[in-house]
Amino acid sequence: MSKLLALLLLFAGVFATAQEITVAAAADMSAALPQLVASYTKKTGQAVKLSFGSSGNLTNQIRNGAPFDVFFSADEEYPRQLIAEGLASKDTLYRYAVGRLVLWVPNDSPLDLSKLGIEALLDPSVKKISIANPATAPYGRAAEATLRHFGIYQRVSSRLVLGENVSQAAQFVESGNAQAGLIALSHALAPALKDKGRYWTVPLDAYPTLNQAAVVLSRSKQQDAARRFLEFLRSPEAAPLLTTYGFSLPTETY
Amino acid sequence: MNWEAFWLTVRLAAIVSTLLIAIGIPIAYWLTYSRWRWKFLVEAAVALPIVLPPTVLGFYVLVALGSRSPLGRWWESLTGHTLAFTFEGLVIGSLLYSLPFAVQPFAASFGAVDRSLLHASASLGHSPIQTFRRVVLPLSKAGLVTGFALSFAHTLGEFGVVLMVGGNIPGVTRTISIDIYDQVQAANYSSANQTALLLLIISFVVLSAVYGAIRRAWAVGPWR
Repeated sequence: MSKLLALLLLFAGVFATAQEITVAAAADMSAALPQLVASYTKKTGQAVKLSFGSSGNLTNQIRNGAPFDVFFSADEEYPRQLIAEGLASKDTLYRYAVGRLVLWVPNDSPLDLSKLGIEALLDPSVKKISIANPATAPYGRAAEATLRHFGIYQRVSSRLVLGENVSQAAQFVESGNAQAGLIALSHALAPALKDKGRYWTVPLDAYPTLNQAAVVLSRSKQQDAARRFLEFLRSPEAAPLLTTYGFSLPTETY
Repeated sequence: MNWEAFWLTVRLAAIVSTLLIAIGIPIAYWLTYSRWRWKFLVEAAVALPIVLPPTVLGFYVLVALGSRSPLGRWWESLTGHTLAFTFEGLVIGSLLYSLPFAVQPFAASFGAVDRSLLHASASLGHSPIQTFRRVVLPLSKAGLVTGFALSFAHTLGEFGVVLMVGGNIPGVTRTISIDIYDQVQAANYSSANQTALLLLIISFVVLSAVYGAIRRAWAVGPWR
Protein backbone atom coordinates (compact mmCIF):
# COMPACT_ATOMS: atom_id res chain seq x y z
CA MET A 1 0.00 0.00 0.00
CA SER A 2 2.66 2.47 1.03
CA LYS A 3 4.73 1.47 -1.99
CA LEU A 4 1.79 2.21 -4.25
CA LEU A 5 1.33 5.57 -2.58
CA ALA A 6 5.00 6.40 -3.02
CA LEU A 7 4.77 5.44 -6.68
CA LEU A 8 1.70 7.65 -7.13
CA LEU A 9 3.46 10.55 -5.47
CA LEU A 10 6.45 10.03 -7.69
CA PHE A 11 4.31 10.15 -10.80
CA ALA A 12 2.44 13.19 -9.52
CA GLY A 13 5.80 14.88 -9.05
CA VAL A 14 6.97 13.94 -12.51
CA PHE A 15 3.80 15.25 -14.13
CA ALA A 16 3.85 18.44 -12.13
CA THR A 17 7.37 19.31 -13.23
CA ALA A 18 6.77 18.19 -16.77
CA GLN A 19 3.90 20.63 -17.11
CA GLU A 20 5.46 23.60 -15.44
CA ILE A 21 7.25 26.18 -17.57
CA THR A 22 9.81 28.65 -16.31
CA VAL A 23 9.87 32.22 -17.51
CA ALA A 24 12.86 34.53 -17.10
CA ALA A 25 11.67 38.10 -17.20
CA ALA A 26 13.06 41.61 -17.12
CA ALA A 27 12.59 43.34 -13.77
CA ASP A 28 10.12 45.85 -15.21
CA MET A 29 7.62 42.99 -15.57
CA SER A 30 7.81 42.11 -11.87
CA ALA A 31 4.32 43.47 -11.15
CA ALA A 32 2.53 42.84 -14.47
CA LEU A 33 3.72 39.34 -15.27
CA PRO A 34 2.46 37.60 -12.10
CA GLN A 35 -1.02 38.90 -12.96
CA LEU A 36 -0.74 37.73 -16.55
CA VAL A 37 0.41 34.35 -15.32
CA ALA A 38 -2.41 34.15 -12.77
CA SER A 39 -5.06 34.63 -15.43
CA TYR A 40 -3.25 32.27 -17.79
CA THR A 41 -3.01 29.54 -15.15
CA LYS A 42 -6.66 30.03 -14.25
CA LYS A 43 -7.65 29.65 -17.88
CA THR A 44 -5.42 26.76 -18.92
CA GLY A 45 -4.19 25.08 -15.74
CA GLN A 46 -0.62 25.60 -16.96
CA ALA A 47 1.73 26.36 -14.06
CA VAL A 48 4.33 29.04 -14.75
CA LYS A 49 7.36 29.79 -12.61
CA LEU A 50 8.85 33.29 -12.77
CA SER A 51 12.41 34.44 -12.37
CA PHE A 52 13.18 38.18 -12.50
CA GLY A 53 16.44 40.00 -13.12
CA SER A 54 18.04 42.58 -15.38
CA SER A 55 17.74 41.60 -19.06
CA GLY A 56 21.52 41.52 -19.49
CA ASN A 57 21.97 39.39 -16.40
CA LEU A 58 19.30 36.90 -17.55
CA THR A 59 20.77 36.77 -21.07
CA ASN A 60 24.06 35.80 -19.56
CA GLN A 61 22.42 33.14 -17.41
CA ILE A 62 20.70 31.73 -20.50
CA ARG A 63 24.06 31.60 -22.31
CA ASN A 64 25.36 29.56 -19.41
CA GLY A 65 22.57 27.01 -19.54
CA ALA A 66 19.89 28.40 -17.22
CA PRO A 67 16.82 26.13 -17.45
CA PHE A 68 14.34 28.74 -18.72
CA ASP A 69 11.66 28.12 -21.34
CA VAL A 70 10.71 31.70 -22.21
CA PHE A 71 12.63 34.97 -21.93
CA PHE A 72 10.99 38.39 -21.55
CA SER A 73 13.53 41.13 -22.24
CA ALA A 74 13.19 44.88 -21.71
CA ASP A 75 15.34 45.39 -24.79
CA GLU A 76 14.95 43.63 -28.11
CA GLU A 77 18.71 43.51 -28.58
CA TYR A 78 19.21 40.70 -26.03
CA PRO A 79 16.75 38.21 -27.61
CA ARG A 80 18.24 39.02 -31.01
CA GLN A 81 21.71 38.15 -29.69
CA LEU A 82 20.39 34.87 -28.32
CA ILE A 83 18.78 34.07 -31.68
CA ALA A 84 22.06 34.82 -33.46
CA GLU A 85 23.81 32.44 -31.06
CA GLY A 86 21.26 29.72 -31.73
CA LEU A 87 19.89 29.87 -28.20
CA ALA A 88 16.41 31.14 -29.06
CA SER A 89 14.00 30.46 -31.92
CA LYS A 90 13.66 33.34 -34.35
CA ASP A 91 10.06 32.59 -35.32
CA THR A 92 8.88 33.04 -31.73
CA LEU A 93 10.35 36.54 -31.22
CA TYR A 94 7.46 38.79 -30.27
CA ARG A 95 7.55 42.49 -29.45
CA TYR A 96 4.81 42.64 -26.84
CA ALA A 97 5.06 46.20 -25.50
CA VAL A 98 7.00 49.41 -25.24
CA GLY A 99 8.37 50.30 -21.80
CA ARG A 100 8.37 53.83 -20.45
CA LEU A 101 10.91 55.54 -18.22
CA VAL A 102 9.74 57.90 -15.48
CA LEU A 103 11.36 60.26 -13.01
CA TRP A 104 9.96 59.24 -9.63
CA VAL A 105 10.14 61.02 -6.26
CA PRO A 106 8.60 59.97 -2.93
CA ASN A 107 5.53 61.82 -1.57
CA ASP A 108 7.60 63.72 1.00
CA SER A 109 9.77 65.26 -1.71
CA PRO A 110 9.43 69.06 -2.06
CA LEU A 111 10.06 68.91 -5.82
CA ASP A 112 7.32 69.95 -8.23
CA LEU A 113 7.89 67.49 -11.06
CA SER A 114 5.19 68.87 -13.34
CA LYS A 115 6.93 72.25 -13.34
CA LEU A 116 10.57 71.15 -13.21
CA GLY A 117 10.60 67.96 -15.28
CA ILE A 118 14.09 66.49 -15.52
CA GLU A 119 15.53 69.75 -14.05
CA ALA A 120 14.26 68.49 -10.67
CA LEU A 121 17.41 66.34 -10.56
CA LEU A 122 19.54 69.52 -10.31
CA ASP A 123 17.84 70.57 -7.06
CA PRO A 124 20.29 70.52 -4.11
CA SER A 125 17.87 68.41 -2.05
CA VAL A 126 18.51 65.54 -4.48
CA LYS A 127 21.67 63.96 -3.08
CA LYS A 128 21.35 60.57 -4.72
CA ILE A 129 19.62 59.59 -7.96
CA SER A 130 18.95 55.91 -8.46
CA ILE A 131 19.07 54.34 -11.90
CA ALA A 132 19.50 50.75 -13.05
CA ASN A 133 23.01 49.62 -13.97
CA PRO A 134 23.48 50.65 -17.64
CA ALA A 135 25.88 47.74 -18.19
CA THR A 136 23.17 45.11 -17.81
CA ALA A 137 19.80 46.87 -17.59
CA PRO A 138 18.01 48.47 -20.58
CA TYR A 139 16.32 50.97 -18.24
CA GLY A 140 19.75 52.00 -16.98
CA ARG A 141 20.83 52.72 -20.54
CA ALA A 142 17.59 54.63 -21.12
CA ALA A 143 18.23 56.66 -17.97
CA GLU A 144 21.76 57.50 -19.04
CA ALA A 145 20.58 58.43 -22.55
CA THR A 146 17.91 60.67 -21.00
CA LEU A 147 20.42 62.52 -18.84
CA ARG A 148 22.66 63.05 -21.88
CA HIS A 149 19.68 64.08 -24.01
CA PHE A 150 18.88 66.89 -21.57
CA GLY A 151 22.56 67.78 -21.25
CA ILE A 152 22.75 67.23 -17.49
CA TYR A 153 24.69 63.96 -17.34
CA GLN A 154 27.99 65.60 -16.28
CA ARG A 155 26.26 67.61 -13.57
CA VAL A 156 24.49 64.64 -11.96
CA SER A 157 26.85 61.73 -12.65
CA SER A 158 28.56 61.96 -9.25
CA ARG A 159 25.17 61.51 -7.57
CA LEU A 160 24.05 58.43 -9.47
CA VAL A 161 23.62 55.16 -7.62
CA LEU A 162 23.20 51.99 -9.63
CA GLY A 163 20.62 49.36 -8.89
CA GLU A 164 21.47 45.82 -9.93
CA ASN A 165 18.27 45.95 -12.00
CA VAL A 166 15.45 48.48 -12.38
CA SER A 167 13.51 46.95 -9.44
CA GLN A 168 16.41 47.66 -7.11
CA ALA A 169 16.68 51.20 -8.50
CA ALA A 170 12.99 51.63 -7.63
CA GLN A 171 13.55 50.17 -4.17
CA PHE A 172 16.45 52.60 -3.50
CA VAL A 173 14.20 55.62 -4.08
CA GLU A 174 11.06 54.06 -2.56
CA SER A 175 12.96 53.45 0.70
CA GLY A 176 14.07 57.08 0.78
CA ASN A 177 17.75 56.26 0.47
CA ALA A 178 17.83 58.06 -2.89
CA GLN A 179 15.77 61.23 -3.29
CA ALA A 180 14.87 60.67 -6.94
CA GLY A 181 15.03 57.79 -9.39
CA LEU A 182 14.73 57.12 -13.09
CA ILE A 183 12.68 53.92 -13.03
CA ALA A 184 10.14 51.94 -15.04
CA LEU A 185 6.61 53.33 -15.36
CA SER A 186 5.44 49.78 -14.62
CA HIS A 187 6.97 50.09 -11.14
CA ALA A 188 5.56 53.57 -10.54
CA LEU A 189 2.08 52.15 -11.26
CA ALA A 190 2.56 48.93 -9.28
CA PRO A 191 0.79 48.62 -5.90
CA ALA A 192 4.10 48.74 -4.02
CA LEU A 193 4.89 52.30 -5.20
CA LYS A 194 1.62 53.70 -6.49
CA ASP A 195 0.56 55.67 -3.43
CA LYS A 196 4.05 56.47 -2.21
CA GLY A 197 5.21 59.00 -4.74
CA ARG A 198 4.77 61.10 -7.87
CA TYR A 199 6.29 60.71 -11.28
CA TRP A 200 7.08 62.60 -14.45
CA THR A 201 7.03 60.60 -17.67
CA VAL A 202 10.22 61.06 -19.65
CA PRO A 203 9.38 62.00 -23.28
CA LEU A 204 9.91 59.16 -25.74
CA ASP A 205 12.41 61.10 -27.84
CA ALA A 206 14.87 61.34 -24.92
CA TYR A 207 16.03 57.72 -25.13
CA PRO A 208 16.03 54.81 -27.60
CA THR A 209 12.68 53.02 -27.56
CA LEU A 210 12.46 50.31 -24.91
CA ASN A 211 10.97 47.61 -27.10
CA GLN A 212 9.95 44.74 -24.87
CA ALA A 213 10.36 41.42 -26.59
CA ALA A 214 9.74 37.81 -25.64
CA VAL A 215 11.19 34.68 -27.17
CA VAL A 216 11.07 30.90 -26.67
CA LEU A 217 14.48 29.47 -25.81
CA SER A 218 15.96 26.67 -27.92
CA ARG A 219 17.05 24.64 -24.91
CA SER A 220 13.49 24.44 -23.58
CA LYS A 221 12.13 20.92 -23.41
CA GLN A 222 8.60 22.25 -23.51
CA GLN A 223 8.53 24.16 -26.76
CA ASP A 224 4.76 23.73 -27.24
CA ALA A 225 3.79 24.88 -23.76
CA ALA A 226 6.18 27.82 -24.04
CA ARG A 227 4.77 28.84 -27.42
CA ARG A 228 1.21 28.62 -26.12
CA PHE A 229 2.11 30.97 -23.29
CA LEU A 230 3.52 33.50 -25.76
CA GLU A 231 0.34 33.14 -27.87
CA PHE A 232 -1.64 34.20 -24.83
CA LEU A 233 0.37 37.43 -24.74
CA ARG A 234 -1.01 38.37 -28.13
CA SER A 235 -4.59 37.72 -27.02
CA PRO A 236 -7.07 40.52 -26.26
CA GLU A 237 -7.12 39.37 -22.63
CA ALA A 238 -3.46 40.16 -22.10
CA ALA A 239 -3.37 43.67 -23.55
CA PRO A 240 -5.34 45.46 -20.81
CA LEU A 241 -3.13 43.90 -18.13
CA LEU A 242 -0.06 45.29 -19.84
CA THR A 243 -1.51 48.77 -20.35
CA THR A 244 -2.61 48.90 -16.68
CA TYR A 245 1.08 48.82 -15.83
CA GLY A 246 1.97 51.59 -18.23
CA PHE A 247 3.22 49.48 -21.11
CA SER A 248 2.07 50.89 -24.42
CA LEU A 249 1.31 48.36 -27.09
CA PRO A 250 3.86 48.38 -29.88
CA THR A 251 2.93 50.21 -33.06
CA GLU A 252 4.79 47.72 -35.21
CA THR A 253 4.70 44.05 -34.39
CA TYR A 254 5.64 41.03 -36.38
CA MET B 1 41.50 44.48 -13.70
CA ASN B 2 39.77 47.23 -11.77
CA TRP B 3 42.47 48.57 -9.42
CA GLU B 4 40.23 51.29 -8.08
CA ALA B 5 37.79 48.65 -6.81
CA PHE B 6 40.69 46.56 -5.53
CA TRP B 7 42.24 49.30 -3.41
CA LEU B 8 38.83 50.45 -2.22
CA THR B 9 38.16 46.92 -0.97
CA VAL B 10 41.55 46.63 0.71
CA ARG B 11 40.96 49.98 2.42
CA LEU B 12 37.51 48.83 3.58
CA ALA B 13 38.86 45.54 4.92
CA ALA B 14 41.80 47.23 6.68
CA ILE B 15 39.57 49.81 8.37
CA VAL B 16 36.99 47.23 9.41
CA SER B 17 39.46 44.71 10.80
CA THR B 18 41.35 47.45 12.70
CA LEU B 19 38.13 48.80 14.20
CA LEU B 20 37.16 45.25 15.10
CA ILE B 21 40.33 44.89 17.17
CA ALA B 22 39.21 47.91 19.20
CA ILE B 23 35.56 46.84 19.42
CA GLY B 24 36.13 43.10 19.58
CA ILE B 25 38.61 42.96 22.48
CA PRO B 26 36.25 44.50 25.09
CA ILE B 27 33.37 42.32 23.88
CA ALA B 28 35.53 39.20 23.95
CA TYR B 29 36.86 40.15 27.39
CA TRP B 30 33.35 40.47 28.73
CA LEU B 31 32.24 37.22 27.06
CA THR B 32 35.20 35.38 28.58
CA TYR B 33 35.02 36.61 32.18
CA SER B 34 31.39 37.61 32.76
CA ARG B 35 29.39 35.32 35.04
CA TRP B 36 26.05 36.80 34.09
CA ARG B 37 23.56 33.98 33.70
CA TRP B 38 22.11 35.41 30.44
CA LYS B 39 25.54 35.73 28.84
CA PHE B 40 24.64 33.07 26.29
CA LEU B 41 22.13 35.48 24.76
CA VAL B 42 24.92 37.94 23.99
CA GLU B 43 27.07 35.10 22.65
CA ALA B 44 24.24 34.11 20.33
CA ALA B 45 23.74 37.70 19.19
CA VAL B 46 27.45 38.08 18.40
CA ALA B 47 27.40 34.85 16.37
CA LEU B 48 24.28 35.84 14.39
CA PRO B 49 26.12 37.20 11.31
CA ILE B 50 27.65 33.75 10.75
CA VAL B 51 24.25 32.19 10.12
CA LEU B 52 22.17 35.13 8.87
CA PRO B 53 22.13 35.74 5.14
CA PRO B 54 23.89 39.03 4.29
CA THR B 55 20.61 40.18 2.76
CA VAL B 56 19.12 40.43 6.26
CA LEU B 57 21.91 42.75 7.34
CA GLY B 58 21.67 44.68 4.09
CA PHE B 59 17.94 45.04 4.50
CA TYR B 60 18.29 46.48 8.01
CA VAL B 61 21.11 48.83 7.07
CA LEU B 62 18.99 50.08 4.17
CA VAL B 63 15.67 50.37 5.97
CA ALA B 64 16.39 50.71 9.69
CA LEU B 65 19.25 53.11 9.07
CA GLY B 66 17.56 54.77 6.07
CA SER B 67 16.22 58.32 6.01
CA ARG B 68 12.78 57.16 7.23
CA SER B 69 14.03 55.81 10.57
CA PRO B 70 14.94 57.86 13.68
CA LEU B 71 18.47 56.48 13.63
CA GLY B 72 18.86 57.37 9.96
CA ARG B 73 17.51 60.88 10.56
CA TRP B 74 19.97 61.40 13.41
CA TRP B 75 22.86 60.29 11.19
CA GLU B 76 21.60 62.51 8.38
CA SER B 77 21.40 65.57 10.65
CA LEU B 78 24.93 64.80 11.78
CA THR B 79 26.57 64.21 8.41
CA GLY B 80 24.13 65.59 5.83
CA HIS B 81 23.67 62.28 4.01
CA THR B 82 22.17 58.84 4.53
CA LEU B 83 24.29 55.80 5.33
CA ALA B 84 23.33 53.89 2.20
CA PHE B 85 25.51 54.47 -0.85
CA THR B 86 28.44 55.77 1.23
CA PHE B 87 31.77 54.29 2.27
CA GLU B 88 30.82 54.78 5.94
CA GLY B 89 27.68 52.77 5.30
CA LEU B 90 29.81 49.91 3.99
CA VAL B 91 32.11 50.19 7.03
CA ILE B 92 29.15 49.92 9.43
CA GLY B 93 27.59 47.06 7.48
CA SER B 94 30.93 45.22 7.36
CA LEU B 95 31.57 45.75 11.10
CA LEU B 96 28.36 43.88 11.87
CA TYR B 97 29.01 41.34 9.13
CA SER B 98 32.52 40.46 10.32
CA LEU B 99 32.06 40.90 14.08
CA PRO B 100 31.98 37.18 15.01
CA PHE B 101 35.07 36.51 12.91
CA ALA B 102 37.02 38.80 15.24
CA VAL B 103 35.25 38.27 18.57
CA GLN B 104 35.16 34.47 18.54
CA PRO B 105 38.90 33.87 18.05
CA PHE B 106 39.62 36.63 20.61
CA ALA B 107 37.31 35.10 23.21
CA ALA B 108 38.58 31.57 22.53
CA SER B 109 42.21 32.60 23.07
CA PHE B 110 41.39 34.65 26.21
CA GLY B 111 39.54 31.64 27.60
CA ALA B 112 42.46 29.34 26.84
CA VAL B 113 44.82 31.27 29.11
CA ASP B 114 45.59 29.18 32.20
CA ARG B 115 43.51 30.55 35.11
CA SER B 116 46.29 29.86 37.61
CA LEU B 117 48.37 32.51 35.82
CA LEU B 118 45.55 35.00 36.41
CA HIS B 119 45.43 34.07 40.12
CA ALA B 120 49.20 34.42 40.36
CA SER B 121 49.05 37.85 38.72
CA ALA B 122 46.25 38.94 41.07
CA SER B 123 48.13 37.70 44.15
CA LEU B 124 51.10 39.80 43.03
CA GLY B 125 48.86 42.87 43.27
CA HIS B 126 47.79 43.41 39.67
CA SER B 127 44.30 44.75 38.98
CA PRO B 128 42.14 42.69 36.56
CA ILE B 129 42.85 45.23 33.77
CA GLN B 130 46.62 45.08 34.44
CA THR B 131 46.46 41.30 34.44
CA PHE B 132 44.56 41.35 31.18
CA ARG B 133 47.08 43.69 29.57
CA ARG B 134 50.22 42.03 30.85
CA VAL B 135 49.25 38.37 30.98
CA VAL B 136 46.18 37.59 28.90
CA LEU B 137 46.84 39.76 25.84
CA PRO B 138 50.45 38.63 25.26
CA LEU B 139 49.40 34.99 25.61
CA SER B 140 46.52 35.54 23.17
CA LYS B 141 48.61 36.90 20.31
CA ALA B 142 47.68 34.01 18.01
CA GLY B 143 43.98 34.57 18.64
CA LEU B 144 44.31 38.29 18.00
CA VAL B 145 46.16 37.71 14.73
CA THR B 146 43.58 35.11 13.71
CA GLY B 147 40.66 37.42 14.48
CA PHE B 148 42.26 40.31 12.63
CA ALA B 149 43.11 38.22 9.58
CA LEU B 150 39.76 36.42 9.43
CA SER B 151 37.75 39.63 9.69
CA PHE B 152 40.02 41.19 7.04
CA ALA B 153 39.54 38.27 4.67
CA HIS B 154 35.82 38.02 5.40
CA THR B 155 35.31 41.73 4.61
CA LEU B 156 37.38 41.35 1.45
CA GLY B 157 34.89 38.78 0.23
CA GLU B 158 31.75 40.58 1.32
CA PHE B 159 29.10 40.71 -1.39
CA GLY B 160 25.45 40.61 -0.35
CA VAL B 161 25.46 43.56 2.03
CA VAL B 162 27.39 45.72 -0.45
CA LEU B 163 25.08 44.76 -3.32
CA MET B 164 22.08 45.83 -1.25
CA VAL B 165 23.31 49.08 0.28
CA GLY B 166 26.25 50.14 -1.88
CA GLY B 167 24.61 51.47 -5.01
CA ASN B 168 27.64 50.42 -7.08
CA ILE B 169 29.37 53.83 -7.13
CA PRO B 170 32.88 53.67 -8.66
CA GLY B 171 35.54 54.64 -6.13
CA VAL B 172 33.04 54.81 -3.26
CA THR B 173 31.08 51.57 -2.95
CA ARG B 174 32.05 49.45 -5.97
CA THR B 175 34.05 46.78 -4.19
CA ILE B 176 35.97 44.04 -5.89
CA SER B 177 33.26 41.41 -5.42
CA ILE B 178 30.69 43.74 -7.02
CA ASP B 179 33.14 44.40 -9.85
CA ILE B 180 33.51 40.66 -10.46
CA TYR B 181 29.73 40.29 -10.44
CA ASP B 182 29.36 43.12 -12.99
CA GLN B 183 32.07 41.63 -15.20
CA VAL B 184 30.36 38.24 -15.15
CA GLN B 185 26.94 39.74 -15.89
CA ALA B 186 28.42 41.67 -18.80
CA ALA B 187 30.06 38.40 -19.99
CA ASN B 188 33.60 39.84 -19.65
CA TYR B 189 34.87 36.50 -18.40
CA SER B 190 38.58 37.16 -18.88
CA SER B 191 38.41 40.34 -16.83
CA ALA B 192 36.29 38.62 -14.17
CA ASN B 193 38.76 35.76 -14.11
CA GLN B 194 41.77 38.04 -13.53
CA THR B 195 40.08 39.73 -10.59
CA ALA B 196 38.67 36.52 -9.19
CA LEU B 197 42.06 34.83 -9.38
CA LEU B 198 43.73 37.71 -7.54
CA LEU B 199 41.09 37.56 -4.80
CA LEU B 200 41.51 33.80 -4.59
CA ILE B 201 45.29 34.12 -4.17
CA ILE B 202 45.04 36.87 -1.57
CA SER B 203 42.45 34.95 0.45
CA PHE B 204 44.59 31.82 0.33
CA VAL B 205 47.68 33.73 1.44
CA VAL B 206 45.84 35.40 4.32
CA LEU B 207 44.34 32.12 5.52
CA SER B 208 47.68 30.31 5.18
CA ALA B 209 49.29 33.04 7.25
CA VAL B 210 46.61 32.55 9.91
CA TYR B 211 46.98 28.79 10.09
CA GLY B 212 50.75 29.15 9.96
CA ALA B 213 50.63 31.54 12.91
CA ILE B 214 48.39 29.20 14.90
CA ARG B 215 50.73 26.29 14.23
CA ARG B 216 53.67 28.20 15.65
CA ALA B 217 51.63 29.10 18.69
CA TRP B 218 50.98 25.41 19.25
CA ALA B 219 54.67 24.64 18.90
CA VAL B 220 55.38 26.55 22.13
CA GLY B 221 52.29 25.27 23.92
CA PRO B 222 52.65 23.55 27.31
CA TRP B 223 51.77 20.14 25.89
CA ARG B 224 54.92 19.90 23.83
